[in-house]
Amino acid sequence: MHDITPHVVELIKSASTDLSPDVEHALEAACRAEAEGSAARGALETILRNVRLSRDGGRPICQDTGTPIFHVWYAVGWSQRELLKQIRAAVRIATERAYLRPNAVAALSGKNSGDNTGIDFPTVHFEEWGHDYVQIGLMLKGGGSENCGCQYSIPSAEFEASRDLSGVRKAVLDAACRAQGFGCAPGILGVGVGGDRVTSMLKAKEQLFRPLGDANPNAALDALEKQLHREINELGIGPMGFGGRTTVLGVKIGELHRLPASFFVSIAYMCWADRRKVMTIKDGSVAVLAPR
Amino acid sequence: MAVRLTVPIDEKSVRALHIGDSVLLSGVVFTGRDAAHKYMKETFVAGPCPASERDVYEALKKGLAGGVIYHCGPVVRKRPDGKYEFVAAGPTTSIREEPYEAAVIEHFGVRAIVGKGGMGPRTLEACRTRGAVYLHAIGGAATLIAESVREVVAVHKLDFGVPEAFWEIRVVDLPCVVTMDSHGQSLHAQIEAESKRKLAELLAR
Repeated sequence: MHDITPHVVELIKSASTDLSPDVEHALEAACRAEAEGSAARGALETILRNVRLSRDGGRPICQDTGTPIFHVWYAVGWSQRELLKQIRAAVRIATERAYLRPNAVAALSGKNSGDNTGIDFPTVHFEEWGHDYVQIGLMLKGGGSENCGCQYSIPSAEFEASRDLSGVRKAVLDAACRAQGFGCAPGILGVGVGGDRVTSMLKAKEQLFRPLGDANPNAALDALEKQLHREINELGIGPMGFGGRTTVLGVKIGELHRLPASFFVSIAYMCWADRRKVMTIKDGSVAVLAPR
Repeated sequence: MAVRLTVPIDEKSVRALHIGDSVLLSGVVFTGRDAAHKYMKETFVAGPCPASERDVYEALKKGLAGGVIYHCGPVVRKRPDGKYEFVAAGPTTSIREEPYEAAVIEHFGVRAIVGKGGMGPRTLEACRTRGAVYLHAIGGAATLIAESVREVVAVHKLDFGVPEAFWEIRVVDLPCVVTMDSHGQSLHAQIEAESKRKLAELLAR
């Protein structure tokens, strides 16, 4: 097994400094939709200038380079322990090179480890698959947006959400309104329906790897995604919460089986700086791509 | 047209600002976030200031009178000549400093808070009574804002870690929007009220 550490450093650099085209195009469309001279338009113009500056200079789009969340799909014969070691080494190198801010802080003492490694930090999910190559997805999940995530257990008497599509809709609308502009709107919502408290949120976060323009294979969920995208934008919260036409760039929903007794709706909020990239390593050749 | 605001800021300039105004901020400002605010309140506002912290206190007292606190945990690079350089420096969520900010504004005579997401009623009231303003920077626009940081003048309490230290920086034309003014108005409160009204409509459909 060869050492993939330098490739993972490049993956981190790409995720941190080079926003994927799907998100950039959505931000450009949002910018055009806001009134000339409005605070919302100004915010989006600044955001788009920042995106280009970061790409050209190889500098982090946002100083909160977040929790690095890796999803690794590996072929038979690769060692999970070795991969973990190399990913952690790559995170340290990327931190030295200022692609990442030192972000790992001991929960109680508040002491910063200085190199982005710590107890279960970075987050790494592993899955063996049937292909003969390795694929690594990386998402940098900032703290401001993460704090806007939430989980509903329905039915809810508070806003009469029932255990069906209409209940899911109500929970997501409520979450979007609670988030206001705090998670650096316009954001993207990943939603997990079903599962337990852990798997439901994991499903929500996995949705954020989907390209913005894709269609949900489940027709009912696809329709709900589009409806929620439109309705959340009717809330008028707008970029940065300044008021405006675009509050979210997209809503992505995933479903998983649940217990008869439980019905969780989990919402993961991703900021406009939606930094995620996918790398494949096949026969020694490496490619870093936007999610497809 | 954006209003130009330069540190030190006088009360008249602050009182002239209203929510929705665009501002370009220039001068020496201090970054400060969670650890810094807890420290300022416990060590200086509550007092008495221990001898070990006196130098920091003097620097803050001098710089924050008519000055600016920026809620920011930057990415900083140390150059080969030993000087620091800001690499990425967008705002962090301000509401976490709500328990401290009013006391800090009152104690030091701060004229502007720069951050994101806005703050609560105690800070709004301190802005009204003391003549201060909340400026919303563009969240995530870290490279662009770092470019407006022309010089790192000093760093205090680096033992808090890079994101949490007080970085004393000279900025030129930092772009912001006034979202809480010194007249008791909060754009955040207005947007929240309007969006909640709209939410009730959507939920009733």
